[in-house]
Amino acid sequence: MREFYGVALDTPLMLGTAQYPSPAVLAESFQRSGASVATVSLRREQGAGQDFWQLIRDLGVHVLPNTAGCHTVKEAVTTAHMAREVFGTKWIKLEVIGEEDTLQPDVFGLVEAARVLAEDGFEVFPYTTEDLVVAGKLLDAGCEVLMPWGAPIGSGLGLNNLFGLRAMRAHFPDVPLVIDAGLGLPSQAAQAMELGYDAILLNTAVAKAGDPAMMAEGFARALEAGRLAFDAGPMEPRDMAAPSTPVIGKAFLE
Amino acid sequence: MRVVLNGEAVETDAATLEALLEARGFGGKTVATAVNGDFVPAGLRGATQVQDGDRVEVLAPMQGG
Repeated sequence: MREFYGVALDTPLMLGTAQYPSPAVLAESFQRSGASVATVSLRREQGAGQDFWQLIRDLGVHVLPNTAGCHTVKEAVTTAHMAREVFGTKWIKLEVIGEEDTLQPDVFGLVEAARVLAEDGFEVFPYTTEDLVVAGKLLDAGCEVLMPWGAPIGSGLGLNNLFGLRAMRAHFPDVPLVIDAGLGLPSQAAQAMELGYDAILLNTAVAKAGDPAMMAEGFARALEAGRLAFDAGPMEPRDMAAPSTPVIGKAFLE
Repeated sequence: MRVVLNGEAVETDAATLEALLEARGFGGKTVATAVNGDFVPAGLRGATQVQDGDRVEVLAPMQGG
């Protein structure tokens, strides 16, 4: 299993912490799924931040702060610095949002911010697209992990560009790759693992399920299934039927 | 003097960022600070003078995806 800046994760599930019906359901979702990373953010302190931080620490998982909502390099870099101090980690999920309807990354700003942060000792997890040229520039900028989107954040549409994601896996065989955003169902998570991806990052699909903890467990099982399938070496698909039961020895019963 | 703290105008006579945080109930809490868009590390809050019109951001851990 590929490591994330020297860290081997127990499970390939990175789980967001937003939009759950209650803190208890959040905690239960982590417990039932065995998620190994929790994404968090920074917002203006209005009283709830301290208890929330205690809840996250009690989960005993790796913490991945994000720069969600940042639209400029300056905003994202400043947020990353604030996150490093508060959460005590060099990890940063770098989001530089470029378009409001799709929450698509501004890949130009992303590469620039990634370079600034990597030079400053951050371990950057860039939220990017499946564009191979951008991916190469992010690696040149110092990123050692790439997080292409499956589909727009919160859409639940799954893997929108299978060709592009497959190409990315093939093009960067040594780079840890995480599908970040857009997954709605465990089958899509299994598909990501079947492609050889190293992990997925989820939030809405779990938090907005009727039973978030049950859905989290569903995703965890799908990830396991997908990984087993990839490791097992899938058969090649073919257009024509090929009988699986031996033809030789079949009785003549006309 | 008047500063804008987390988007709200507040009157204060705090000389430093550290004093401002204490006066506004953030003392001892896990927060990160920025003044006029620039990160101020915790270790520099005591040495950071608060000026009239400063925009101060006090951020805390929050849910995120």
